[in-house]
Amino acid sequence: MLTYTLKRLLATLPVLFVVSVAIFLIIHITPGSPAATILGMEATSAQIEAFNEEMGYNRPLIEQYTSWVSGIVQGDFGDSLFMNQTVLGAVSQHIGPTLSLALLSQLIAIVLAIPLGILAAHKRGTILDTMLMSFSLFGMAVPNFLLALILMLILGVNLGWLPVAGYAPLSSGLINHLTTLLLPALSLGAIQAALITRMTRSAMLDVLSLHYMRAARSKGLKERTLLIKHAFRNAFLPILTVIGQTFGTLVTGAVVIETIFNIPGLGQLIINSIVRRDYVVIQGVVLIVTLIYLFINLVIDLLYGVVDPRVRLDRKE
Amino acid sequence: MTLLKVEQLHTHIHTNKGRVSPVRGVSFSIEKGEVTGVVGESGSGKSVMSQSLIRLLDREGNIEYNGQIHFDNKDVLALSEAELRKLRGNDISIIFQDALSSLNPLYTVGNQIVEAIRTHQSLSKKTARKQAIEFLRLTGIPSPETRFNSYPHELSGGMQQRVMIAMALVSKPKLLIADEPTTALDVTIQAQILDLIIQLNTEFEMSILFITHDLGVVREICSSVKVMYLGQIVEEGPTETIFNQPLHPYTKLLLASMPKLNSDRTEPLPAITGTVPSLSNIPKGCSFSTRCPYATDLCREQEPPMFSNDGQRVQCWLYDEEKGGWLD
Ligand SMILES: Nc1ncnc2c1ncn2[C@@H]1O[C@H](COP(=O)(O)OP(=O)(O)OP(=O)(O)O)[C@@H](O)[C@H]1O
Ligand SMILES: [Mg+2]
Repeated sequence: MLTYTLKRLLATLPVLFVVSVAIFLIIHITPGSPAATILGMEATSAQIEAFNEEMGYNRPLIEQYTSWVSGIVQGDFGDSLFMNQTVLGAVSQHIGPTLSLALLSQLIAIVLAIPLGILAAHKRGTILDTMLMSFSLFGMAVPNFLLALILMLILGVNLGWLPVAGYAPLSSGLINHLTTLLLPALSLGAIQAALITRMTRSAMLDVLSLHYMRAARSKGLKERTLLIKHAFRNAFLPILTVIGQTFGTLVTGAVVIETIFNIPGLGQLIINSIVRRDYVVIQGVVLIVTLIYLFINLVIDLLYGVVDPRVRLDRKE
Repeated sequence: MTLLKVEQLHTHIHTNKGRVSPVRGVSFSIEKGEVTGVVGESGSGKSVMSQSLIRLLDREGNIEYNGQIHFDNKDVLALSEAELRKLRGNDISIIFQDALSSLNPLYTVGNQIVEAIRTHQSLSKKTARKQAIEFLRLTGIPSPETRFNSYPHELSGGMQQRVMIAMALVSKPKLLIADEPTTALDVTIQAQILDLIIQLNTEFEMSILFITHDLGVVREICSSVKVMYLGQIVEEGPTETIFNQPLHPYTKLLLASMPKLNSDRTEPLPAITGTVPSLSNIPKGCSFSTRCPYATDLCREQEPPMFSNDGQRVQCWLYDEEKGGWLD
């Protein structure tokens, strides 16, 4: 298991490299020089010169890249061009709401989707299965901002059960925190839930048709044992992969949902930074989100090893 | 004493391409302690027939049965889901052809054997573990205590099959269905597994339904044999009779295509010409008539009944005395 863990860790390094280069180049592939874009049309050449000097944009690219990376390794993501703040400061200020939102939507999605997916597979071909599948198709088709507006209208405005917008941090109490997040999390989690339901169903069906399921049934096991112990644990790995891969969609969705519900999360930070062309912040946020994404997928890879003995096998070849 | 009595069993499977019937009117019985062989080409319905005995396919699709299955005073086709669970793995166990794909890859073999034990007996985990190790030892697995904690993929094919046998035996079933249990193994291991099965047959007085392509094995271990073709038993009887005096043209061809130890290896084995018709296109009359060298118009028109002679039964018009047909 230790070798496996190390191998997985090493495997993320090339990915990190490619991603960091891509993010680094954001500034340089946008048309015009960074200075011109940031300072605007009216900037004099002296101003541009001074700006480039200050930011180091006149140095060779390789040199800029290495100094950027070495800064990051030491925890220095640079300073915002417009806010009187470091990138890391701005991110840490905004990351809490986004993480809460993402985790809660993911949780809602998983708790809802996995049992429904198992049920659909178990009752395949029945009306229940067809209903669940049409429902999940619907869930995937409705854009999350539309769902957000509908939920807002029904649960927030008409019934008045939940606050329509705003955000209460965890420090203001768990209940408060959750009630403000519930609507956004539902809107954001719906697509995720639909996706995981379908994935669970198809992964379960794949496993249910395998030979060892018939062999297990021939032992006289209860249907529940067959479904959960034998089928689900095997189907869990592909489901887990989908959960990891769709984390990216979740963050993208969060940007939209945060704007609609006026939640001061990373989404707002990113949108504001894009409007202000604050490239340094954009770079930092994108890089941090990528790091989180890689981390989640690393954890999932390690879980593979925990669940499946064939994966953690340290083959000596 | 008769343990199992099957009468006119039909198994129909409804698929989205229509209904197929892999088992079409099978009747036979198995005595206590008897070792019965079932032979027939691939697709003749051996597996579906044997799995129908515990209704194993029920949950996998839309299955319909006709006929009767009586096992030990139980009307199997009338049993509830819960009663079936008591039958499966307890009174009737199955060993499958491919042991590795029959074991769940995520659990140790010990876990899976203990599960089989505790499904049918209320024992503590500890006692069940002891028993499991005993059964592993019985099947000849070296250092069963260590093997108990192995995952299926860590064992060799022969060991995996022994694990499957141990698992099938934990409840001392009255009937063991062995569905080509040695096909995936090499010859020496094959012989060991066969010896083990026979030893268990005598030790536990267990009846065995042995499905195989290998007629040599049948001759070695089975006291009676059934020949299946397209979902029907076309001939059955005591092993010696069937081997010395096969009646059905299909049985004769099967026996002729069997390699003999002292035969001239350069001569190619005679093969049965043609292919097995598909289930969706079953011939009218005798189902073997499309490939039978002796087929007459009658064979192609009307399905032959079973003719019996001295414990040997054959479904072939050639043996209809009224029509004057004994083959010389
Ligand atoms: N679930 C199913 N749905 C549709 N047809 C099936 C199903 N299971 C089996 N069959 C068909 O039933 C027929 C008999 O299959 P079966 O597996 O019993 O043959 P067999 O005699 O065991 O062959 P083999 O020697 O290859 O194991 C085959 O034509 C097969 O295609
Ligand atoms: Mg078979």
